[in-house]
Amino acid sequence: MKRRREKIVFFLALAATISVAAVSLLCIFIIIEGWPLLKNVGFTPFLFGTTWEPSQGKFGILPMVAGTLAVTFGALLLAVPLAVGTALLLSEFAPKRFASFMRPALQLLAGIPSVVYGFFGLVFLIPRLAALFGGSGFSVLAGSIILTIMILPTIASISEDAIRAVPKSYREGSLALGATSWETARRVVLPAARSGIITAILLGLGRALGETMAVLMVTGNVATFPQSPHSPVRTLTGNIALEMGYATGLHRSALFATGIVLFVLIIILTLFANWTRGRAS
Amino acid sequence: MRRIYKDKLSVGLLWLCGLLSLAFLLLVVGYIFVRGVGAISWEFLTAPPRLMGKEGGIWPSIVSTVYLVTLSLLFASPVGVGAAIYFFEYAKNKRVIRYLRFATEILAAVPSILFGLFGFSFFVNFLGLGWSVLSGSLTLALMILPTIQRTAEEALASVPKSYIEGSLALGATRWQTMVQVVLPAATSGIITGIILAVGRSIGETAAVLLTAGSSLATPNSLFSPARSLSVHLFILATEGISNQRAYATSLLLIVLVFLINILANQLRRRLSRRSA
Amino acid sequence: MSTKIQVRGLDFFYGDHQALVDINLDIPANQVVALIGPSGCGKSTFLRTLNRMNDTIDDVRAQGKVLLDSEDIYGKDIDVVQLRKRVGMVFQRPNPFPMSIFDNIAYGPRIHGQRDRTSLSQVVEASLKQAALWDEVRDRLNQSALSLSGGQQQRLCIARVLAVESEVLLMDEPCSALDPISTIKIEELIYQLKEDYTIIMVTHNLQQAGRVADRTAFFLTGELVEEGPTEQIFQRPADSRTEDYITGRFG
Repeated sequence: MKRRREKIVFFLALAATISVAAVSLLCIFIIIEGWPLLKNVGFTPFLFGTTWEPSQGKFGILPMVAGTLAVTFGALLLAVPLAVGTALLLSEFAPKRFASFMRPALQLLAGIPSVVYGFFGLVFLIPRLAALFGGSGFSVLAGSIILTIMILPTIASISEDAIRAVPKSYREGSLALGATSWETARRVVLPAARSGIITAILLGLGRALGETMAVLMVTGNVATFPQSPHSPVRTLTGNIALEMGYATGLHRSALFATGIVLFVLIIILTLFANWTRGRAS
Repeated sequence: MRRIYKDKLSVGLLWLCGLLSLAFLLLVVGYIFVRGVGAISWEFLTAPPRLMGKEGGIWPSIVSTVYLVTLSLLFASPVGVGAAIYFFEYAKNKRVIRYLRFATEILAAVPSILFGLFGFSFFVNFLGLGWSVLSGSLTLALMILPTIQRTAEEALASVPKSYIEGSLALGATRWQTMVQVVLPAATSGIITGIILAVGRSIGETAAVLLTAGSSLATPNSLFSPARSLSVHLFILATEGISNQRAYATSLLLIVLVFLINILANQLRRRLSRRSA
Repeated sequence: MSTKIQVRGLDFFYGDHQALVDINLDIPANQVVALIGPSGCGKSTFLRTLNRMNDTIDDVRAQGKVLLDSEDIYGKDIDVVQLRKRVGMVFQRPNPFPMSIFDNIAYGPRIHGQRDRTSLSQVVEASLKQAALWDEVRDRLNQSALSLSGGQQQRLCIARVLAVESEVLLMDEPCSALDPISTIKIEELIYQLKEDYTIIMVTHNLQQAGRVADRTAFFLTGELVEEGPTEQIFQRPADSRTEDYITGRFG
């Protein structure tokens, strides 16, 4: 009886280590596959090279880095005020029924697959952008808008949790001093919820960086530097998804090397998020 | 007086934010619904595609999605729940726990395309499984593992300590308490996590594309390639094959996610009612 | 001796439950009035009607008149925000904001339009001196208010209200969460403050009422049973219920 239980505990412990095994394997294999390129071309020319033309042996990913940064930055610019504003509204000012209706709505928004958003962007957004601004419509702007819709619910619901967690006594203290509800929200509640909101933003940022399909479908996939919000671009993730199907040899290795860059970025972001969370408590 | 104006203006801006968020949802869902609902029919759901998907139905993709999701759950649930139980009951070394937790956090943050790369490199090539249902579901399993593990841990942690103490005070061992008291109490929470994981895996595209392939045939074994619903949508949309069927597929995906959310919410409500 | 607040026929409802029944009371200016009574008798509810803090709760209703300097604070055109500037409140548990000591005190004046740094500094210093906290915190005004002890935090909250230049101070069991030494300090503070302010204080501690208050009002299940000079209430209560409470027959 005890032997059987010991066996079960062994398997439980094994289960606990699968995550570590998976992450380690992931690192190992991506590095192994990406190594040939880094050895051949070198890390700096890879990361800072400005031309991506695999057929000519040029593997510079800087345009894609710029594309990723542009789309992500644009999305944060739009999504953060909208999301935090929504969170503040739901927590402090909206009637309870509206708030309890918005929660599942935001959940649904968060759960819709990114391909669906990409498709929506393709058929709804692109033609309208083309009509408004000329060009093909495929652009940084399109990517940012779609990304905004996608990361908005994440940032909003986590921010809302953080805002609701602010003790009621702070609000009462402020109101009793003759402040209005808005002044209380802006000067006391929001600053008190700051660390939770920052965590929410970092989580949204992480999602935006890793997002592949939707952005891929609306940004036009030209591997050049964006000149304006209306330029087509290609992101790091989109680059991998697009070319993996037919890449071979050094080209394929380059895509894995791109994966390494992404992976390092994510680890830095995770460490940073942990650090800010640790500092808050 | 100026303060009152500033007040009303600011709150009005907040309402604008909230309503805009709501408008996004209504726009996306509404637009797709209006254009897609017409193409959904019994034939669409049960017939195989013809002409690369321009005509016919999406039956193989539905089958593929069911296989992929079910298998990935089969792989990930025991591991996730097992790991959660281990952390809850047996893990004592704080440092080890921190490292293990950190690994789970990283796994949760890895973008899906990297899982696709890894799945391709490891399952498809290294293990020689090829583009297949097996490669796809193993990759998916890794992606949903952190979600299942985290919700399982929360479910275990929220079992009232009074239950545990009551059981131990009656002379039960920790093992008996775990199996007969804690696990049953945590079941709805764990199932909620599993349901949420289903939602995530249904929508996953990039990783599946790189590991399960995109063949249109209905998969008939673990080693057949498979095209999931989301991959099918991606191909329909980007290769301009059929907008109408793309709308319908999108609508189907949205409906599935919606139903899953409702299911998960109902379970969560039942859970909080019981412990309250 | 002028009357600062007059309450006439005040009824108060939480939903269908009537928490205050026909309260009639005069609060004289520049005196300390203690509100005593067992738990749930309505004294805190009554206190919160005086600055309309009950408005923040859903489904409440107040009927009757509450006159502040002859103006009904439940009137149609009353600016509640301004009311709360004139009638300040200190809560049972100290609730300093998670900001620096300076910012806590300056919060009120800033809200009401004061921006000049020098004026703010002066107000902060004056309020902290009035609250007998200045000497203890003068060289750490930029530290977080949460780093102070419980008694200091409560004096900070008092200083915060003083900075707004209220006329009336409402105190809801201000010492119940504090140690005896802090309690004594705050009681001394209240005694000094009454020169410039009208103070209404809810307290569970009968000895405290005896020490600090000029007048005392006894509440029981939503009714104002008896009210008068403290000495009279304690030594020659007119109502038998008052006597029973004072002598500890119930509590």
